[in-house]
Amino acid sequence: MAVETKTAAGAVISARGVDLTFQTSDGPVHALRDVSLDIGKGDFVSFIGPSGCGKTTFLRVMADLETPTAGEILVNGVTPQEARRARAYGYVFQAAGLYPWRTIGGNIRLPLEIMGYSRAEQASRVTRVLELVELAGFEKKFPWQLSGGMQQRASIARALAFDADLLLMDEPFGALDEIVRDHLNEQLLALWKRTGKTIAFVTHSIPEAVYLSTRIVVMSPRPGRITDVIDSPLPRDRPLEIRDSPEFIEIAHRVREGLRAGTTQ
Amino acid sequence: MKSILPVLTVVGAIFVIWYAAAVWLNAPWSRDVAARADVTLDLPELVADTWAQDKPKLPAPHQVAVELWDTVVDKKITSKRSLVYHSWITLSATLLGFALGTALGFALALGIVYNRVMDMSVMPWVIASQTIPILAIAPMIIVVLNAVGLSGLLPKAMISMYLSFFPIVVGMVKGLRSPDAMQLDQMRTWNASRLQELLRLRLPSSMPYLFTSMKVAMAASLVGAIVGELPTGAVAGLGARLLAGSYYGQTIQIWSALIMAAVLAAAAVALIGLVQRLVLKRMGMA
Repeated sequence: MAVETKTAAGAVISARGVDLTFQTSDGPVHALRDVSLDIGKGDFVSFIGPSGCGKTTFLRVMADLETPTAGEILVNGVTPQEARRARAYGYVFQAAGLYPWRTIGGNIRLPLEIMGYSRAEQASRVTRVLELVELAGFEKKFPWQLSGGMQQRASIARALAFDADLLLMDEPFGALDEIVRDHLNEQLLALWKRTGKTIAFVTHSIPEAVYLSTRIVVMSPRPGRITDVIDSPLPRDRPLEIRDSPEFIEIAHRVREGLRAGTTQ
Repeated sequence: MKSILPVLTVVGAIFVIWYAAAVWLNAPWSRDVAARADVTLDLPELVADTWAQDKPKLPAPHQVAVELWDTVVDKKITSKRSLVYHSWITLSATLLGFALGTALGFALALGIVYNRVMDMSVMPWVIASQTIPILAIAPMIIVVLNAVGLSGLLPKAMISMYLSFFPIVVGMVKGLRSPDAMQLDQMRTWNASRLQELLRLRLPSSMPYLFTSMKVAMAASLVGAIVGELPTGAVAGLGARLLAGSYYGQTIQIWSALIMAAVLAAAAVALIGLVQRLVLKRMGMA
């Protein structure tokens, strides 16, 4: 067990014994049990596990979309609610969720309008993040004119448009095909390196988790809990070919073992 | 243009049935008149007579067409005998009632979506209001409003509003709730206010529902305006024409007023449909 117990100074996310039980008509569902984890600044942390392991729920707890029933969690040293009110994170959902009645530029502008940025500021930020996700020139297009992968990139741009150092991503590439996903993974790494953001990334793909992360959190279901935390020895510069290296295969193997141990208990 | 032939076939069939029904319903009167005059009618004479009576049970289409032409085109529109004049009286009440009903329906929908107490309490009353026959409540509305000094356009518009707010409430509650959980969560992650959520997400999402509701409301509104004209003693409006027609057995006048009402409703609904197409196309939702 590599689960840390002490609070790391300056951790972006710091969770201690987080419990979450949903009351459903079929009785209580233990979605998270005793989850403790620190995420440091600039980390790229992946959460992997079978469905029902609580990986998305934990991400939603960080985002103040769910409230834990016990335990303590701090985001940037404050409660998730305070962090949300301070617009401390960008959240990328599984579906791009672009508004069909707004252009790509208009969609990216949406959070900026809500947060009260000036028009000039909005325009310059839209241009900047569109370049960041390689969608320059698509500002005036409507979502239906873009492919699924491009739409998801636009939704990432939207999450990057305001000054949040933390990016929470919930299976953002889950609905895309393998080839598009490889390309987006590469782009996401480049973006992470360029912006220095802290990223929490939920996935159910082992290669994706290993390729992207500095740390991989393996979770298992019933009740949702952390079974393993793997610090990746891979360098921060990662060409796609790194996935054929022995180190990569070894980490992937350890993740797979962790997943298997979690489900056969 | 392929659809022209089936459409014409249906229209043709309606006319054939209409003319046949006119012969069938009006023939007894023709025979009575002939018997009293002591003449016998052969079949062509009988048919011709059933299509040309002054007060037929069922006027033939061309009789209604002549009456329409006469009262729409040949009369000055300021004349009390002009159907355009009466149509305008009814249409103005319809449009005012429709506007009021849309506003009321929208306000109630907002309350239901944003206020838990209203959500639990208002809808049963809204539904109950529509189970009361409008014919029963319309005279009371007219009388009560008259007693407080309101007459003319407004009482009729109130009855239109009474009928037209209902589809708007039902449609807009559904429409304002149409954004999915993910879209609402997304607004929450941006710490959007309720007003921002309404203006930027719920309202645009509800547009397809709004237009569909407005079409139903417009048709209901016209019915309300006509019903509202019945108890006022047949002064003016399509409802008055219907009532006067039935007092004096002027079936041709009744039918031309009915057809005018149908044309008005169809035109108003088509206009909403056109706006709907333009708006939704612009919004990328059609």
